[in-house]
Amino acid sequence: MESQGVVSPSPHIHATTHKRSNLARSQWLWGYLMIAPFFLGLLGFYIWPIIQTFYFSFTKWEAFNTYSWAGLDNYKRLVQDVSLLHALRNTVTYVVMFVPMSIILSIIVATLLNQKIRGLAIYRTLFFLPVVTMPAAVAMVWKWLYNGDYGLINYVLSLFAIKAQNWLTDPKWALFAIVVVAVWSSIGNNMIIFLSGLQGISSSYYEAASIDGAGPFRKFYVITLPLLTPTIFFVTVISLIGAFQVFDLIYMMIGSKSLMVENTQSVVYLFYKYAFENNDKGYASAVGIFLLVIIMLITAVQMKLQKKWVHYE
Amino acid sequence: MVTPFVWMLLTSVKSLGEASQVPPVIIPPTFHWDNYAKAIVSLPFMTFYFNTSFTTLAKVVGQLLFCSMASFAFARLRFPGRDAIFMISLSVLMIPGQVYIIPQYLIMKDFHWLNTLAALIVPGLFSVFGTFLLRQFFMTIPKELEEAATLDGCSYFGIYWRIMLPLSKSGLTALAIMTILWSWNDLLWPLIVNKSLTKMTLSAGLAYLQGEHFTNYPVLMAGSILAIWPMIVMFILFQRSFIEGIALTGTKG
Repeated sequence: MESQGVVSPSPHIHATTHKRSNLARSQWLWGYLMIAPFFLGLLGFYIWPIIQTFYFSFTKWEAFNTYSWAGLDNYKRLVQDVSLLHALRNTVTYVVMFVPMSIILSIIVATLLNQKIRGLAIYRTLFFLPVVTMPAAVAMVWKWLYNGDYGLINYVLSLFAIKAQNWLTDPKWALFAIVVVAVWSSIGNNMIIFLSGLQGISSSYYEAASIDGAGPFRKFYVITLPLLTPTIFFVTVISLIGAFQVFDLIYMMIGSKSLMVENTQSVVYLFYKYAFENNDKGYASAVGIFLLVIIMLITAVQMKLQKKWVHYE
Repeated sequence: MVTPFVWMLLTSVKSLGEASQVPPVIIPPTFHWDNYAKAIVSLPFMTFYFNTSFTTLAKVVGQLLFCSMASFAFARLRFPGRDAIFMISLSVLMIPGQVYIIPQYLIMKDFHWLNTLAALIVPGLFSVFGTFLLRQFFMTIPKELEEAATLDGCSYFGIYWRIMLPLSKSGLTALAIMTILWSWNDLLWPLIVNKSLTKMTLSAGLAYLQGEHFTNYPVLMAGSILAIWPMIVMFILFQRSFIEGIALTGTKG
């Protein structure tokens, strides 16, 4: 870039290169100035804390936030921690129920809404409402709907002569009940992404299929689904990462006082408890790193597997 | 799909007795608006509104400014280390919040920012997601305009301010909406840094209300309605931008 060591044949060219390097320098200066607020903030409030967490995961915390080096103790504890094992099992169960349910329902809703039907905007609004509603409020109303004695859900079931369940206090149902709420909240968001994916599919494919006499289900299966796979892949990756970090709903719907905690708490919930209720920040840091490793592994596996099922045009 | 909302509204105007009848009273004969009064009396809702809107606004302004400046530099300016800095920033995006939240909390403590609005605002001013989003957006803007402006003697900052920003309205709106949604509804961070009622947001306030009025569902529902209506009104007014924003970014932020 710089014209070092080049003998300038004429004063005129010399002046131009000089000007250009001034220009380059001013570009550097502006470049650094303009990223500075963002990058310094990122360094101070994110990157430095990330490094600190790695360090903390090798320390033991005492009262008044004092800590000492503990070597691999936290990681040794990690592999023997029954609560963590349960939390991991709960989280995986949650993810395995939530991700497919959310994606399949979102695709169905998006496909239905991708037609020229009347009142489309209203349906879209209704499906989207849960997305703009704060999880704390969502959790509260669903807790009320699920209520064992006075809940609307049990009442409606009783009309069909189905026995009332204690949805949130029965270990059989609690996690599933939370998944239903999470799916309900996520459909609007995923539906919008799928809708924009659907709109990217050229109508000529469908016309060609119509000429071949394909019905709507066949078209969906042969055209829509394969061409939607890049979107499905994207939504799966994002949903999995989000689902592994589930916290708000469990915190609000189950709460730390409930006996159900052990059956429903997620890894992040356990992390929150260790870090901010038990002040066990060293061990909690190790749990955080553990979660990071899991998420990275799962994302890596998906990136590898995508070649097998994602069709890029 | 809307049943929970309808039920929330209906329950919020029932008396406690009506709410706990089997079979349920669908529409109460008289509307008990006093549930709202009870929610407002037991919690400083006005303060919650102020705290939530003020921190949300501050984060939106901060992110729009910092993210767009950084994005412009990443997208258009050449300087040594640019790509390395960008890759480092991007890697933060892949790290779950639990990995930095403990030290973040300790920083807030060291700064004596716990139980202040600063704790809610400052870490939220810097968004990798927003920077990445706007950089992608800036990359799609043709360079010819800027070249013409450079010839006319426009400075780099001038190009950013007078050409890039006005051309990126939809990208900036998308980022603003994502930030508003995320900030208004966030629960974990406000729960951790602010324990005092006067510095709580609506979301944390609801969690607190649940602790206070454990089973008084009419009051809890009234509180929920009070907490969610601003976002719902905003969504209905700016529906198109919300949906474009989600379609553009693909995540809840």
